[in-house]
Amino acid sequence: MKKSIKGRLLTLIALLVIAIFFLLPSTSIYSKLPAWWGDVFPSKGVSLGLDLKGGMHLVLEVEVEKAVDNAIERMASTLKGALERKEVEGLSIKVTDRLIYLSFPSDKTEVVKETLDEEFPNLVTEEESGGEKVLAFREAEKNRILTTSTLQALETIRNRVDEFGVAEPLIQKQGDKQILVQLPGIDDPERAMELIGKTALLEFKLLNENSPLLRDFPGRIEEGKEQEFLDLFKDRLDENDEILFERMTNTETGEVTKSPHIVTKTAALAGDLLSDARVSIGEFNAPYVSITFDNEGATLFEQITQKNVQRRLAIVLDGNIYSSPRIQEKISGGRAQISGTFTHQEASDLAIILRAGALPAPVKVLQNVTVGPSLGSDSIRKGWISGFISMLLVIAFMVIYYRFSGLLAVTAMAINIILLVGALATLNATLTLPGIAGIILSIGMAVDANVLILERIREELRAGRPVRMAIDAGYEKAFTSIFDSNVTTLITAIALITFGTGPIRGFAVTLGLGIAINLFTALVATKVVYDYLNGRKRLETLSI
Amino acid sequence: MFTIIKKTDIDFIGKRKQFFMISLIFVAIGLIALVQISRGSGNLGIDFSGGAALQLKFDQPIEINAARKALESGGLKNATLQEISSDNKLIIRLKKREISGENIRGKVKDIFSTAFSGNNFIVESSTEIGPTIGKKLQGDAINAIIFSLVLIITYIAFRFEFRFGIAAAIATFHDVFVVLGFFFLMDKEISLLLVTALLTVAGYSLNDTVVVFDRIRENLKSRKKETFGEVINRSINDNLSRTVITSMTTFLAVVALFLFGGEVIHDFALAVLLGVVVGTYSSWFIASSLLVTWQQKRIEIKTKKRVLKKAS
Repeated sequence: MKKSIKGRLLTLIALLVIAIFFLLPSTSIYSKLPAWWGDVFPSKGVSLGLDLKGGMHLVLEVEVEKAVDNAIERMASTLKGALERKEVEGLSIKVTDRLIYLSFPSDKTEVVKETLDEEFPNLVTEEESGGEKVLAFREAEKNRILTTSTLQALETIRNRVDEFGVAEPLIQKQGDKQILVQLPGIDDPERAMELIGKTALLEFKLLNENSPLLRDFPGRIEEGKEQEFLDLFKDRLDENDEILFERMTNTETGEVTKSPHIVTKTAALAGDLLSDARVSIGEFNAPYVSITFDNEGATLFEQITQKNVQRRLAIVLDGNIYSSPRIQEKISGGRAQISGTFTHQEASDLAIILRAGALPAPVKVLQNVTVGPSLGSDSIRKGWISGFISMLLVIAFMVIYYRFSGLLAVTAMAINIILLVGALATLNATLTLPGIAGIILSIGMAVDANVLILERIREELRAGRPVRMAIDAGYEKAFTSIFDSNVTTLITAIALITFGTGPIRGFAVTLGLGIAINLFTALVATKVVYDYLNGRKRLETLSI
Repeated sequence: MFTIIKKTDIDFIGKRKQFFMISLIFVAIGLIALVQISRGSGNLGIDFSGGAALQLKFDQPIEINAARKALESGGLKNATLQEISSDNKLIIRLKKREISGENIRGKVKDIFSTAFSGNNFIVESSTEIGPTIGKKLQGDAINAIIFSLVLIITYIAFRFEFRFGIAAAIATFHDVFVVLGFFFLMDKEISLLLVTALLTVAGYSLNDTVVVFDRIRENLKSRKKETFGEVINRSINDNLSRTVITSMTTFLAVVALFLFGGEVIHDFALAVLLGVVVGTYSSWFIASSLLVTWQQKRIEIKTKKRVLKKAS
């Protein structure tokens, strides 16, 4: 018997020591320990959830269907470029409902067929007649875009966040088309949102300055009246053209107006051919973004500028014109600049986004939870205070009511908490506010097992049994109650961990762990103390 | 020995019909609440309905009506405002239809920095939730409840008897509905955190019920001469001091959370406090009493069958 007491005591102490080692990194003592400590012993403690340390929690949905729409648009303009290079004149390309309507002089049928076969294996001909073709994506290509665009968006967002510089960001795919982004400690959530949520599709589109509509165009319109304006002209607009707006800010009054332009629908060049984007400072200290094309982009840019000297080229980002300079001469070397009314920070963020690339499709914000650091630390403080008071109240009650045995029960509770937090640290769990609530609740419930045992022992004592027997009988009879009641609560916790999300999960993890540890301390830890006392001298009385 | 409750002999099941009636009324309120909530009325939190919530902390006290006016003239009508005056905090909640596709955080910041330019503030937290997430969270919560319920009934049926499982499940539902009904009547927010609280209540209530059932199981074996009702009464009385003390310690622990835990956890703690009281009540007057009613019905049916057999 004595040997088994020693064994159990040693196990208990060993567990406690391990728990404390795992706990240390989460406490303030850790920073005072020598440097070698972290190399030998655990260095990662409990990490705090965003609700406690502050930060941003985003769930984004990638509009994957739009990715297919975008891809077919891009495919159409690449096709146009390819055919023009082969000197197919008099081309017309239109995209509706994911179908490319291509018409060309019928004597070029062979060239078109060749080009399609060689360079566009992903397109399939749906219908054709002399000089006309209707093309669509192959089913496999469409599915590839649908499945990869979320991953592609994830990569792009990760690149942007990395460039932005956030400590320990979490970016992961969730379900088919959702992306979870967690940015701890962000202090400017609006800026972060701009960086992450922007599609950043950069296009260069030629202005149509010969449209008869322009005679009726006002120089600028009020911000917010764009849709009204579009409705006014939509019937008279050429089908190859579209109206886009340039944002103008009056530097003195800060008033914002929009200036409408007519541009060709098909982009002359897209931003995916960029190799770099940097902030530069121009005249009057105004920042702009200078971009460098890759080889292919540079060649295309040279061709376009050569062919369209004296025309205006609009630089379009996500459907908004940033500037529309007139092409003075052929531009070689593959450099261009985006100017507009930026602050320095806006310009540098734009450069980041352009470097990281465009999202394959727009993203929709499903959930955006931002907690400021002050609220977080406030919650931690209140969590500690209420936890501390909870413990004091329970300790006072137990010691007054059960005396020495109450003290034992309270010690068990303390062991419980150490083991629980140690377990959380071992699992590298994230502690959230509901998690703290779970811990506090398990403080309350930890006592229950001990109360059950102590009440049973009291009953046995009242029935006149000697102390030693009363203790054994008390433990034995209380066992089934403790076991069944804890298992049922454990089942609830497991159900919540399995199906719950967010706060429910955080709560369930601590509660579930708390209960499991409860069972252990109630049935092993306190019993070993009673057995030990009983082994040293015959217990005649028990303070209970 | 210091005792609060001496050896007792209270008749818990004698007045069960009256208690059933009282409970029925409370459960009915809870059921109405559930129907109303699933129809989308009631004070649904934005995590279920979709929408936005912002918590602002001002340097100086802020007049809630002035804040409402400022929001209205800024185009945000129908905002629900809640003031935590001790900390100069203001919580603004907006339902989803008010905010489609806007940068709500920026807008609210603009409104307040123009309307209360002398009173600096920070946005302590902001939450925006799209309606699809709300639907998913709702689905998750319902799945969690159904899944845990089935498992628990199975476990109790396996460890005890089938009728114990059913009685425990009914008592648990009772507690959850009573708390839900209370929150609905008080027009408190029905949020994901409340669902967590309700599940805690369910866990606690079950825990309590199982402890009583365990004693019943034990006494049924050792007190074969007594009637079923007597055994049940005896078991509840045997366990009385434990139940009271456990409820008290849990109550004490949660009271601290309620008083000092801060605004985020406040309603959570309130629900659990209520649940502890109701859970204790239901283990005595609902779960155990149901077993007695069940037993009586079973005997009645048996005798009826016997009479029928004899008659034929």
